[in-house]
Amino acid sequence: MTTQSSTLTQKDRGRITDRAFWLLCIAAGITVLVILAAILVSTLQQSWPAMSKAGENGFFTSKLWDPNIGKFGILPFVFGTLVTSLIAVALAVPVSIGIALFLTELAPRRIKGSIVTLIDLLAAVPSVVFGLWGIYVLAPAMTPVYKWLHDTLGGIPVLGALFGEVSALNFMTAGLVLAIMIVPIITSITREVFDTVPDSDKQAAWALGATRWEMIKGAVFPHSFGGLVGGVMLGLGRAMGETIAVALLIGNSIQITANLFAPGTSIPAAIVNYFGEAGGDYTSALIGMGVVLFVVTVIVNLLAQAIVRRAEIRMRGAKA
Amino acid sequence: MTQASFDMTNALSSVPGAMSTMPTSSAKPVMQLEGVSVFYGSYEAVRGTTMPVREQQITAMIGPSGCGKSTILRSLNRMNDLIPGARIGGKITFHGQDLYAPDVDPIQVRRRIGMVFQKPNPFPKSIYENVAYGLRINGIKDNMDDRVEKALRDGALWDEVKDKLKSSGLALSGGQQQRLCIARAIAVQPDVILMDEPCSALDPIATGKIEDLMHELARTYTIVIVTHNMQQAARVSHYTAFFTAEVDEQQVRHGRLIEFNDTGRIFTNPTDKRTEDYITGRFG
Amino acid sequence: MTAVTPNELSARPALDLTRRQLSVRRRAIDLISKVLMCVALLIAVVPLVLVIFYVIQKGAGLISMEFLTGDITSPRRAGGGMGPAVVGTLLITGAASVMSIPLGVLGAVYLNEYGKSNALARFIRMMADVMTGVPSIVMALFIYIAVVLTTKEKSGLAAAIALAALMLPVVLRSSEEMLKLVPDELRQASAALGARRWKTTVSVVLPAAISGITSGIMLAIARAAGETTPIVVCAGVASTISWNLGEMQTALPAQIFLNASSPFTPAVERAWGAALTLMVIVLVFTIIARLIASRFAIKNR
Repeated sequence: MTTQSSTLTQKDRGRITDRAFWLLCIAAGITVLVILAAILVSTLQQSWPAMSKAGENGFFTSKLWDPNIGKFGILPFVFGTLVTSLIAVALAVPVSIGIALFLTELAPRRIKGSIVTLIDLLAAVPSVVFGLWGIYVLAPAMTPVYKWLHDTLGGIPVLGALFGEVSALNFMTAGLVLAIMIVPIITSITREVFDTVPDSDKQAAWALGATRWEMIKGAVFPHSFGGLVGGVMLGLGRAMGETIAVALLIGNSIQITANLFAPGTSIPAAIVNYFGEAGGDYTSALIGMGVVLFVVTVIVNLLAQAIVRRAEIRMRGAKA
Repeated sequence: MTQASFDMTNALSSVPGAMSTMPTSSAKPVMQLEGVSVFYGSYEAVRGTTMPVREQQITAMIGPSGCGKSTILRSLNRMNDLIPGARIGGKITFHGQDLYAPDVDPIQVRRRIGMVFQKPNPFPKSIYENVAYGLRINGIKDNMDDRVEKALRDGALWDEVKDKLKSSGLALSGGQQQRLCIARAIAVQPDVILMDEPCSALDPIATGKIEDLMHELARTYTIVIVTHNMQQAARVSHYTAFFTAEVDEQQVRHGRLIEFNDTGRIFTNPTDKRTEDYITGRFG
Repeated sequence: MTAVTPNELSARPALDLTRRQLSVRRRAIDLISKVLMCVALLIAVVPLVLVIFYVIQKGAGLISMEFLTGDITSPRRAGGGMGPAVVGTLLITGAASVMSIPLGVLGAVYLNEYGKSNALARFIRMMADVMTGVPSIVMALFIYIAVVLTTKEKSGLAAAIALAALMLPVVLRSSEEMLKLVPDELRQASAALGARRWKTTVSVVLPAAISGITSGIMLAIARAAGETTPIVVCAGVASTISWNLGEMQTALPAQIFLNASSPFTPAVERAWGAALTLMVIVLVFTIIARLIASRFAIKNR
């Protein structure tokens, strides 16, 4: 009788532990949701003073940013963020696709692993180190190249506006370093996408007498388009949010210009540079920019995920 | 085979169209295999295969799984080159030329020796583009529509797809997809078409259509088909090669060609006991 | 079946199977594509090599015991060290790991062992992926508002919380991937012995996945150690070593950032020294992660 009741309590204790463990785990999982919601609520709340006065201070619509007179137009920062990340994506995508093709279609198995390690190492370099290297090594090295581009292309009507007077720090250098920084993420997603291309499709192309490139064009690319778009968008999201390297390299000048060789600014760079000196509505406006950045990166990331997932599902459907 | 045994002579006579064309022994060999072995690394998957592939005839390769018939098939258009560590011993000639000579380009080989796979594998493109792919990569641009139509007609698919050439090749049924793959292969007009169990993923009706199509194609092309279905081999082929797997003195399994002959002879009067056992279902 | 036409494509004087038969254009495009793939790889590897080269070249001369432990001096003066930043990096990253790892691993256990593909688990998974994409500057702002504005002062702890929030989704998702690899037979075997779910998880599933999880955690730590914005925004400034996380702290990335844009040569030199120190810390964690991961992969086979 006693043994029976003791096993019963043991059983109960087991059940309680089981329940408690489940609770602990689910609470840990939900932390993610809580943090995300808290970010949105608290930043919105703090930025409300600036955003609610968007009519007067021109928050969303003006390119005039002058905290002394209470003008907080964020357009120059939005512009700089877009320009640098678009440069980064435009440069990084072809390189990433090339590396991914090299890894999936060209590299002998022996050297594959070491190349993946190299790309991982590139991803491991802290962005502040890239920034430091950018200022003291890359920027001086690129200046003559920019000058040459300015001299040869600057005269072309319309297009020449992109290649104006050269400053030491500018959009282009910031975009260049961003490109280096997002190559690993785009490469890794692109590689995953290429890896899922069914072998039977590649064989079909080979059996028709295709060269390697024709096989890639005929069998690999048609399967990969969705996944590629998703990977590119993830890279774009990463580039838009990158702070330190851009803050060090973009030159911190609040302006909108077509000249890629002119100094500019970006949302993250502005926040990290001005946050210490700000107060009141100024701080509120900076946090407001953070909200804009947050919302845009979340949308870009969600879209990217949806596209990648849809591409994966379609692929599985095609294979079945 | 599910039956314990069955009388192949009756099976042959009961299948319409079987043996409708008797093998033309005078047909000259397009390809000749001489002592062909296929290695993966140091493992010899198939050893010492010697047989001809005769022009405008259908040659079937049969045998239990793991006997190396697909491996040999893939060595005929150098698809094995794509597997790291794969190499062949012996000699395969194509119109008298050594297929594995150092200056031979596998791309040219595959252009002339096409292949149809076990699972239909159209590209995720339109029906039209699937057929046009091989033509485009070979730099053919003129009369594209006519060429695509002809390939689809020769592939016995035209009537079913002529109104939806722009829709995806993947939207077709399995049998149609396989005929699309055949059309894609013949669009570039190869000499030889290799078929690796082309009907194993299809239902009997779709299988019948493809078998009929093979008879038609044999008027123009030389066909080598690997099949695990002996009735299919008996129905469609002029020549049959029987492979099996054997364990050697070192307890290593190798695929081997046991017997090669006219299909009629193989199924009615095989010379080797192992062939007899296999085709009568007494195998294993 | 249409009438058989002469085999026009293969109508040939003599069969030529050599590469000469391939048109110059196709041969050229194929070659160019291969060259471009190699060039792409080079384009990525060259900056990596250059960064490592310059960090070592410009930083190695500074590394000394004094540099690693000494107090931070005026940017005008040579000498002094990065002691507060080294201590800060270790403390802040360590505290962030202590906070994020249990949460991340337990969350992963929920996703893979309990939630699987129910609506909540799918939502958490999606949001964790979103959270991975949240820029560190946004996370830093959030912690500034939530912690610094509440406690009324910047501190190492605030920065650690921000880093933990950045690490959490990474640890969560990588741990989940590793739990996924644990074969179901193990769980069933344990359940068949009468073990409860939590017992099975703690004594069978987690140990089986531990090296993979550790590898993912190491990578997350490496990434966090290099994060700059949370330190700059939340940790404040410090020029002497403090082991108290409740006080203002500094860390290596913040020192590199501040010194990099300094007009004074000694400060810039110290930025390179700090960069080398940081790179070594980050690479050590990354390499440990890879070693663990490769051993895990072999065991898995």
